[in-house]
Amino acid sequence: MDLTLKIWRQKNAQAKGKMETYPVKDISEDMSFLEMLDVLNEQLINDGKEPVAFDHDCREGICGMCSLYINGQAHGPDREITTCQLHMRSFKNGDTIVIEPWRAAAFPVIKDLVTDRSAFDRIMNAGGFVSVNTSGNTIDANSIPIPKHDADKAFDAATCIGCGACVASCKNASAMLFTSAKVSQLALLPQGKVEAHERVMNMVHQMDEEGFGNCTNTGACEVECPKGISLENIARMNREYLSASLVSE
Amino acid sequence: MALSALFLIVFLLQHFIINLMSVISEDAFNSTSHFMGTNGLIQFVMQPILMFGILFHFIMGFILESKNRSARPEKYAMYKGSANSSWMSRNMIWSGLFILGFLAFHLWDFWLPEMNYKYIEGNPADPKRYFGEVQHMFANPIRVIVYCLSFVFLALHLLHGFQSAFQSIGARHPKYTPAIKAFGKWYAILIPAGFIFIAVFHFLNGNH
Repeated sequence: MDLTLKIWRQKNAQAKGKMETYPVKDISEDMSFLEMLDVLNEQLINDGKEPVAFDHDCREGICGMCSLYINGQAHGPDREITTCQLHMRSFKNGDTIVIEPWRAAAFPVIKDLVTDRSAFDRIMNAGGFVSVNTSGNTIDANSIPIPKHDADKAFDAATCIGCGACVASCKNASAMLFTSAKVSQLALLPQGKVEAHERVMNMVHQMDEEGFGNCTNTGACEVECPKGISLENIARMNREYLSASLVSE
Repeated sequence: MALSALFLIVFLLQHFIINLMSVISEDAFNSTSHFMGTNGLIQFVMQPILMFGILFHFIMGFILESKNRSARPEKYAMYKGSANSSWMSRNMIWSGLFILGFLAFHLWDFWLPEMNYKYIEGNPADPKRYFGEVQHMFANPIRVIVYCLSFVFLALHLLHGFQSAFQSIGARHPKYTPAIKAFGKWYAILIPAGFIFIAVFHFLNGNH
């Protein structure tokens, strides 16, 4: 199929970017979206032009690196997939595809379609962990009985790959789904309960510091999340935050 | 935001029940309105709390909107919000602004003359005046149209706002959330529809 691509080009973080149009020909419907971009980049390199910078790593939907806002939706039109899992059969011959980077004050563009998502790392550093003694006497996690229901919920939350589609899709560029998944994952387990109050306060504080917007419960994040992280996690974080606010000093 | 929303949702129900009395019984409406208009606790404690609740909700709404807008300084060239969220949820600021406009009109049109009548002119209490005043007010078709339109926006605001308030305070459970959502939907439609019915009812009856 032949397509017209409208892609955001930006030389570096300081430069002012703009949309540029590129035609691509003979794209197979079996290609992934990233493979289609590889074809475009080869074409650009052969023409002596600068290839389009975009994030990618595992190309099997587990690393969370590939981003891309495609035709007005994070990871394109399909549900519960990353961009590397989006296939060209979702488009038809003659289509124009608009490709933009994640847009959020907290995710500044580094180059073209690549954004700096280290704000997520800083939220994790603020409390997304369990402090354990690693002196050699560490108790095996499996020796602590955990109700199956809680273990499943914690696992569901832990499937978040931190891709940032929640932020990109949210009209407020809010990171509540990401932060709440990380808070929930630990708050549901006995090992995480010890630091639960401190954790939620610190992570929410860091989230606000990074300049993410506030949650207005539109639910866009849940719909666009490649891992189907539920809004239930946001409600849990809100509960955790309310109870922690009441007792924290 | 959510706490003031829940407070205003309860206030709305109370307001609706009293207004509905004007359709059911002239005497009941007069005596309830007289009680609400002359009781010290309601006039000097509850009324200021309500004013505070309304102001708080609007001011927080504006702060929220401005913070959220600054969280995305560069907009998308193509944005398909309808693919993943409801129109109501994305436009709370606009339905809210319309309701704010209506409230300003309502205060100017109803509340200020009422305050003037009672506390500035110091007219003697007349327990029988309320029903006639309501009929007189809704005789004006422009006022009825403004009321009807405003309550459509209130319905749109509540369709998202009701369940959203519960989510914000963390009240979510697989057992109760479907019921909260269903109740919220009925509340968001029936209460504004009821207000519209009352306005139209008096318009039609007052013009006989």
